[in-house]
Formats: sequence, C-alpha cells, structure tokens
Amino acid sequence: MKKQKHWYDYLWIWSILYFSLGFFNILFAWLGMLDFMLPLLIAVFGGNKWFCNHLCGRGQLFALLGGKLKLSHGRPTPHILTTKAFRYGFLIFFMAMFGNMLFQTYLVAAGANGLREAIQLLWTIRVPWDWAYSAGTVPDWVAQFSFGFYSLMLTSALIGLVMMLLYKPRSWCAFCPMGTMTQCVCKIKQKDHLLQEQEEASL
Amino acid sequence: MAKRYAAVRQKDCVSCGACQAVCPKSAIAVWKGCFAKVDKELCIGCGLCAKACPANVITLLDREAAQA
Repeated sequence: MKKQKHWYDYLWIWSILYFSLGFFNILFAWLGMLDFMLPLLIAVFGGNKWFCNHLCGRGQLFALLGGKLKLSHGRPTPHILTTKAFRYGFLIFFMAMFGNMLFQTYLVAAGANGLREAIQLLWTIRVPWDWAYSAGTVPDWVAQFSFGFYSLMLTSALIGLVMMLLYKPRSWCAFCPMGTMTQCVCKIKQKDHLLQEQEEASL
Repeated sequence: MAKRYAAVRQKDCVSCGACQAVCPKSAIAVWKGCFAKVDKELCIGCGLCAKACPANVITLLDREAAQA
C-alpha cells in the first residue's frame, strides 16, 4: 500500500532552493534561520521532533538521493559517530563555530572588521562569493551574517552529502547538531516519564 | 502474523524518524522526540526501517523465539 503524500513530503525542494538562492543573493541565507528556529520551537513548545520527522528538507533530500536515486553505498554509519559522546561533542563544536560566526558579525557591526565577501567551507577553506552581494545594499553586519550562516549551512550539507554517499542515506541525522539538541530538549521534557519507564524495566 | 518484528535499542535511538518515513505499515513512530517505538502487532518484519536507520539501533527479532 502506498503511503499518502503530504505537502511537507516535498520540502527537499526547499533544501535545494535555499542553496540556489544563496548562490545568487547571499541575503537569502537568513531564511536558514527557519531551519534553526523551527526545530527548537517545536521541541520546546510541542515536546517532539516533528521537524526532524516530517519537515527537515535536508533529511528528505538525503533520503531521496541515497534511497530512490541509489547514490548511497548503504553501509552502516560508523559506530563512533552514533555515540552520545560524539554527538554532544559535535553539537558543542558546532555551537562554538556558530558563536564565532556571531562574534565575527559583531566585529563588523562594531566597525572593527570590514565585510568579507567570501564563504568558508569546513571552517577553513575560503571561497570567494562576491557575485552574490552588491556592497551597500544592507548594513555590513547583515551581509556578514549571511556569508557566515550560508557557510555553516553549506559546510554541514557537504558533510551530510559525503556521509550519504559513503554510508546510509540519512547518516548525517545520527549526529546532526539540531537533531541532538532537539532530542535533548524532548528527553528533558519527558524526564519523569523516562525515569519511571527505566524503573519499571529494572523491576 | 509475520515471523519477525523490528526492535529498537531505545537508549541509542536518535529519533530522526528515518524509520517511520519508510515503514509501509506505519508500525514504527518516534515517541515524543525521545526514541522510536514499534507496534509489534502491526510490524511485518520487512526490515526497511533497520536498513534506513542511521544510528544502527533497529534489529529484527524472531517472534517465536521472543515468546519462548
């Protein structure tokens, strides 16, 4: 029996659209804040991972490329990447890089640094991206944040794509920082229930 | 009833929902963002969820062996 399709089953298009828009105009990078805020808001107020489970365009894109289009090798994700230590470590690293990006934005806003029209892949490789922005369109810090945020999104997408090719289509999900963070929020919200279940299991 | 069914090692589940996206019977779903739960009655033991699971936490168990 074929599953009924919903509108949100096509959000993989959003994932492609996001990077395409940012290629032509970096200011569209701000839209990525949706992918940042929505999972958190849903986890905090809804107490679930409905975003990961239904709305994540990236997860859908990986499932499509790796599953339907058979681009994935399908090997099991290396165990180390699925451990709590690695997942939380990666989350901390990612948040530190996010904080650094915010600090760079602040430096530009405060006038200490000039705007750099480039994106940084894997936090190290600088790629010129100057065609995507005309200087002076918006305050420099707004543009700086765009370049920084787009770098973060593209870097994580590239890591996810490599994971998809080498391992399972959605191997990225095993250590996605947003996924780790939202699961942590949900577990804290269900703390009492989880403790009770644990006690019952140990009886 | 199918011979096998899927079982989730809940403490290591990342609740991404890759399993529920592929399940043809809607027999597996993420419970309140914490981990995936299987409805044993509905599960047909096809193994699609185990194949999709990025955290490698789903295994197929033998129904008869589990009951014994």
